[in-house]
Amino acid sequence: MAAPLLDVRNLTTRFRTERGELTAVDDVSFSVAPGQTLAIVGESGSGKSVTALSLMRLIPDPPGRITGGQILFEGQDLLKLSDAEMRAIRGDRIAMIFQEPMSSLNPALTVGMQIAEPVNLHRKMPWTQAFEVAKSLLGKVRIPDAASRLQTWPHQYSGGMRQRTMIAMALACQPKLIIADEPTTALDVTVQAQILDLLKELTHETGAALILITHDLGVVARYADHVAVMYGGRIVEQAEAGALYANPRHPYTRGLLASIPRLDSTAGQRLVPIQGQPPDLARLPPGCAFAPRCQHADAQCSASRPLLRTLEPGHLAACHHDHAIDAVLQPPQAHAA
Amino acid sequence: MPPDVMSATQPLLQVEDLKVHFPLPAAGLLRKSAGAVKAVDGVSFTLAAGQTLGLVGESGCGKSTTGLAVLRMQPVTAGRILFEGADITAQQARTGTFRRRMQMVYQDPYGSLNPRMKVRDLVGEPLQVHGMDKNPGEYQDRIASLLKTVGLLPDMADRYPHEFSGGQRQRIGIARALALEPSLIICDEPVSALDVSIQAQVVNVLQELQERLGLAYLFIAHDLAVVRHLSHRVAVMYLGRIVEIASRDDLYRAPLHPYTQALLSAVPVADPVVERARQRIVVQGEVPSALKPPPGCRFHTRCPQAMPKCRTDDPPLQDLGHLGAGRAVACHLHTATGAIPVVAAAA
Repeated sequence: MAAPLLDVRNLTTRFRTERGELTAVDDVSFSVAPGQTLAIVGESGSGKSVTALSLMRLIPDPPGRITGGQILFEGQDLLKLSDAEMRAIRGDRIAMIFQEPMSSLNPALTVGMQIAEPVNLHRKMPWTQAFEVAKSLLGKVRIPDAASRLQTWPHQYSGGMRQRTMIAMALACQPKLIIADEPTTALDVTVQAQILDLLKELTHETGAALILITHDLGVVARYADHVAVMYGGRIVEQAEAGALYANPRHPYTRGLLASIPRLDSTAGQRLVPIQGQPPDLARLPPGCAFAPRCQHADAQCSASRPLLRTLEPGHLAACHHDHAIDAVLQPPQAHAA
Repeated sequence: MPPDVMSATQPLLQVEDLKVHFPLPAAGLLRKSAGAVKAVDGVSFTLAAGQTLGLVGESGCGKSTTGLAVLRMQPVTAGRILFEGADITAQQARTGTFRRRMQMVYQDPYGSLNPRMKVRDLVGEPLQVHGMDKNPGEYQDRIASLLKTVGLLPDMADRYPHEFSGGQRQRIGIARALALEPSLIICDEPVSALDVSIQAQVVNVLQELQERLGLAYLFIAHDLAVVRHLSHRVAVMYLGRIVEIASRDDLYRAPLHPYTQALLSAVPVADPVVERARQRIVVQGEVPSALKPPPGCRFHTRCPQAMPKCRTDDPPLQDLGHLGAGRAVACHLHTATGAIPVVAAAA
């Protein structure tokens, strides 16, 4: 892997709530190389979206606060920047695409204005020129008839077109890193395929890195190079995508893969659900957060929190028993590279 | 005809040429009507007792409206609905006696349970409505057994919905639907609001109940993998019409309609090795407005195989029994006598 573009070290984000302080992101470390796609997978409350917002320093304070760690972007710690310096990076070198294309566009500004704005702001380009850039960006995200679309409003657009507009905005200043938080969750499956293909193609073209936050293991398999699986605010497993699916090492990852029906699995066969509920971040157990749902858990798991360890080069898991589990569960046949 | 004299071959539910149109308010004083949104526009299918029919399609295809119309919670513009041998088209959900035999499980486990009612009353309400709570001992036993049936503990009966997780709430909704011993449950996206690790729990409950109680499901969902997992037969809807209906294995193994093919191709499989080897059909554009469906075949604006004929002639749903039992497709590429050779799609 090339030198990382983004290197996150021990990131910790906490929220003060009525029920006490909770740690939404707990000691999370990962890195992304230029041109690569990292998927952060997890269920609701796993900390994946808070991780994304922390990277952008968009955590509302109060109640939230980044309490520790480093976010090294091109070698520079984003957590040490002033608000003004951070604003200069947001939308310029790091861009974000949000889940809700319906609510993340300004309904009172034309589409052209919203795409041209970052170019005008960050590149100090006059508006007339910025609109030219916006026009070519709309064409790039395959919105037909781009020239006349500049003067239209978000409410005239369908969900897919709004998400294309969001992508055009994100690409406006040719960012080095794009963070996409569930970019297609609100969209239909045929449109999801169009949008993700487009995002992948455009990042490939510009060499930008992509962090894809999702709960969909199918989307991860199709689009990600590397995967980090989050549970209860922590990364429990991290690997190259092929290795993660071929040989998942954490019981939670295994459980997830076994519990989803697949288009190519044996139909009608009973699914193997993960018992119990995802954890409540305000009441995390002292040991492994997954222990109450894990069939391999023992006294050690409820007493001490397992650390993320390197099992094979590039493959990390946080489990006390990953080797014992291998002995119990025959790992799926590794696919030839 | 009472259920016990129904012939074995008669379907439990038969929907014939169902139409649900929503008239638009007149735009201006002088105009009478501005037309109608044809949410469901000529849908026919049958569902056998103890079986699951999956109804899939993208948002706005009319799948949920079809479910509501079958339940008689939505006025029908045209067509017939036969349930357990009786025509229920003229009946209403509130008063129709058929509703004891046909129940619904909703998508949102947070919005569909009254937060001020205890689980006991939520599950018991259908029994109360139908006067089946006269014997207090039997009534309480029935509630306890319903909770056990869906994998909850009887002592949870005195709690309120907010004390439960999404998956547990969905079980409460299922217990409520089961209270009157229905023969058919309409499930509208019953697992899509749940976390991935919880979905399998609820899917398994639905599957077990069907095996044990012989329930039929009309399973409405957009998740093609879940539908494949639970259904015996699957109908694919597009802009108010069924474009393809077939047994599960036929539909997923060899989809015939270009829309079904594109839909299946768009769903990513959770395996990078499979994904890399897959050939994919990506359709362009989005579903057109139901207000003004395209002329001819409604899918022709996005179809990679559209022919001139598709722009003008609306293909009827044709029986393709020779390609599989109960198989039908609405596409000019496929006719009742045999398929026109498919021109290979350009790369």
